[in-house]
Amino acid sequence: MKRFKGFVIKEFYHIFRDVRTMAILFGIPIVQLLLFGFVITNEIKDAKIAIFDQSKDNITQKLSQKILSSGYFLLEKNLNNYNEINQSFKEGNIKLVIVFEKDFAKHLEKERKANLQIISDASEPNTANILVNYTIAITNDFLKEINPNAKVPLQIIPEVRMLYNPDLKGVFMFVPGIMAMLLMLISAMMTSISITREKETGTMEVLLVSPLKPIQIIVGKVVPYVFLSFINAVVILILGKFVFGVPINGSILLLLGESVLYILTALSLGIMISTLTKTQQTAMLISMLVLMLPSILLSGFIFPIENMPTPLQFICQIMPPKWFIIIIKNIMLKGVGFAYVWKETLILFGMMVFFILVSVKKFKIRLE
Amino acid sequence: MIPIIFVMPIVQLIVLVHAATFEMKNIRMVVVDNDYSSTSKKLVEKFQRSPFFIISNRTNSYKLAEEDIKNGNAEVVISIPENFEKNLIRENKDKLQLVVNAINGTSAGLINAYSISVISEFNKELAGRNGKPAAAIISQKQINTFYSFWYNPELNFKTFMVPGILVLLVTIIGFLLSGMNVVREKEIGTIEQINVTPIKKYQFIIGKLLPFWFIALFELAFGLTVGKLLFNIPMVGSLGLVFFVASIYLIVILSMGLFVSTITNTQQQSMLISFFIMMIFILMSGLFTSIENMPSWAQTITKFNPVAYFIKIMRMVLLKGSGFAEIKTEFFSLLFFAFTMLSLAVWRYRKTS
Amino acid sequence: MQEETENIIYVRDLVKKFGNFVANDHLSFEVKKGEIFGFLGANGAGKTTTIRILCGLSSPTSGEIKVAGFDAFKETEKIKRNIGYMSQKFSLYEDLTVTENIRFYGGIYGISRKEIKVRTQILLEKLKFEEVKNTLIKDLPLGWRQKLAFSVAIFHQPKIVFLDEPTGGVDPITRRQFWEMIYEEAHNGMTIFVTTHYMDEAEYCDRISIMVEGKIAALDTPLNLMKEYETKNMEGVFLKLARNIE
Repeated sequence: MKRFKGFVIKEFYHIFRDVRTMAILFGIPIVQLLLFGFVITNEIKDAKIAIFDQSKDNITQKLSQKILSSGYFLLEKNLNNYNEINQSFKEGNIKLVIVFEKDFAKHLEKERKANLQIISDASEPNTANILVNYTIAITNDFLKEINPNAKVPLQIIPEVRMLYNPDLKGVFMFVPGIMAMLLMLISAMMTSISITREKETGTMEVLLVSPLKPIQIIVGKVVPYVFLSFINAVVILILGKFVFGVPINGSILLLLGESVLYILTALSLGIMISTLTKTQQTAMLISMLVLMLPSILLSGFIFPIENMPTPLQFICQIMPPKWFIIIIKNIMLKGVGFAYVWKETLILFGMMVFFILVSVKKFKIRLE
Repeated sequence: MIPIIFVMPIVQLIVLVHAATFEMKNIRMVVVDNDYSSTSKKLVEKFQRSPFFIISNRTNSYKLAEEDIKNGNAEVVISIPENFEKNLIRENKDKLQLVVNAINGTSAGLINAYSISVISEFNKELAGRNGKPAAAIISQKQINTFYSFWYNPELNFKTFMVPGILVLLVTIIGFLLSGMNVVREKEIGTIEQINVTPIKKYQFIIGKLLPFWFIALFELAFGLTVGKLLFNIPMVGSLGLVFFVASIYLIVILSMGLFVSTITNTQQQSMLISFFIMMIFILMSGLFTSIENMPSWAQTITKFNPVAYFIKIMRMVLLKGSGFAEIKTEFFSLLFFAFTMLSLAVWRYRKTS
Repeated sequence: MQEETENIIYVRDLVKKFGNFVANDHLSFEVKKGEIFGFLGANGAGKTTTIRILCGLSSPTSGEIKVAGFDAFKETEKIKRNIGYMSQKFSLYEDLTVTENIRFYGGIYGISRKEIKVRTQILLEKLKFEEVKNTLIKDLPLGWRQKLAFSVAIFHQPKIVFLDEPTGGVDPITRRQFWEMIYEEAHNGMTIFVTTHYMDEAEYCDRISIMVEGKIAALDTPLNLMKEYETKNMEGVFLKLARNIE
């Protein structure tokens, strides 16, 4: 035990001596959370639009006013002919053009209907779609105002309730995602690098010749990173709660327990990578390519897995972050207990056992 | 290195383009129909026929339906109250409830929009069929809205993503290769060999830069070909312009990589720092979410983000056919960055320690 | 029997195969307590394989091997407690200080903290390292590192120390000092098992064995070997042996 303690202390020295790496490890979660929390948002406000008003009567002015005062739109300029539309889009500053036909008010009065054209720059398809829908909704509202006595035809009025995240805040998604990604990065990448580094410098040989058992060596390497990752997880949760108001509805204890399980899974993956590779550079590249990309894209972090084509969905199943994200979302946001996450927990546990078994097998072969 | 350079673009393009999508389809919906009238059945059928929804479960109890959301088996619950049809006929209107799992705010917003558009279409059908209020409608003023989606009429998300992902691709390759390069020579010790030669600092940096510059331009050409063949992305504007801008942009990225490489001592450090910088650049580039939606202080920061400029230019030229006149502001910003970063890299590289 | 207690390393018919490749082909030798035993051979002759077996890192295919009285098949963990090891890469942690390295290696051999403190003080004085005790290894000159690496390898006072090409890339003066340290330890009863490329160093050993293609081609004192092969230095012995094989 005393030997083991000395070993762990040495590992901490390695980590704390490398100030730059430390700074980045603790800087990443904070910067990422701030970025995601404040910057990355799909909420649309102040989208720049142009209006091509061929009628310029009091109705078109009223409707324009209503559209512009909604908070979603900002008038960039008024257009005077059709050709300007294409030109404006090409310059890339406006997203939408509203075209009022000639004699808009007159048509509305005499023929009881007038035409309104909405042209959007759909090179950003989602934004275009949402902006068009907003415009239509505002126009419909406007109609109700100018038809005060109209009897509403048969109407189904949907009442929408947004569960778990009534303000549709992006951070609710990103806190679990960043946790999954960072814990994977720190745990798997850092351990695999630190083990391959001892191989490269030759110190691994000396350790193996000493009375330390291989299992003690591996566990000793892992302990500091469990510690670091755990602190990072707590930092993320605290930032999420107190800066961004992401609630922790379920049991904190269960949440932390699951985090430890996930950290251990990531660490055993890191150990497995290090038993399969010889140099730091390969370990790093594999970690970056195999861990980073999938843990951002194939884990449901940003993009819902349900939207992906089936083969990709299948690949998602073998990504540990996917399961962890489900677990934390369930505990933190839905506030459910272990009964709702036991399946995912079991899968993570199974993955961890698998990684450990492979590493142990590989480790023995290498020793021979 | 070679397999990484060749395999990565294909894998990234295919995986990223398919994975990075907000195109919703097969939204799993639980139906709680307590009315079970012909109207409610028709409404449910309307949802079922929509390409966006699949009915994953039907039940009578809202509690059971919410359980499905908790379990992650469904994204949205539509709850139709008792006497729905009766109320609709008697009072001309009735409410129903939509409950959306909103943990992913973006998805929730889209699910909401799709649901409401299905319901409002259904409203129109109801009104038309019943005929009763037809007179009322005619006496009302109506504004007919026509809408059109230019440059991407089918709202194809891939068209939007591919140019951006291509930028991501050359950026990552260029930055990582150049970022690891000088520091690798430091680790191996070969840099000493070079430092004893009479080579000038700028010659060294430019000599380092050129091979990566060619590789990255080649990557871009390769990526564009894959994008055209696999995803049939539009190329409305001039490809020559794309490559011209890219050649300037790459000087920015590669100089930045070399700069990182000169200030670090180990490949591990360089890798982490590169990763950190890239992450911020990419997230703030407008690749996934529009820059216009960011708060204004963040928009100011993106003025210093070369990735954002190049993504914007790529999309403008490829999708809308913008010419040099329309992109000149962005282009000159890039040119300025290229000059600054290159000077910085040359200045920071020391032949003596 | 008398002989066996003196032989701290005892090897009979050691065979190690990797698949069809025979790395060690029926090696037999003994090393006596307090002896400096040189283990020579070209690259790929099988030296490293033998050392790994003797250190308990790798198990032999067949043969009878005893190190410090323990069996190399079954009692590798007991062997590890009684040996020290220094590899060609020096095996110190570059981002740890001198004292931290000593404390770490002392610790993994289970020496008590108090004892480590006492011995560290003695060691630092002996090496005249007091001034640099809090310096990171990477800031030390190569020669210093190498002396420290050796001291660390024998810090737990093992019965045998294995040195795998310990003097690679070091200047002649430091090599000289290094060998003085080795002599001192041997004089105190430690057994030294050393591999080297430098033929002049081979002459410092009590006895040497020369390995060629997995077999021991010669084993005797340097003087006897030079006599037998009629040359004035070890270089000649080595060249003649290599030629014989061809």
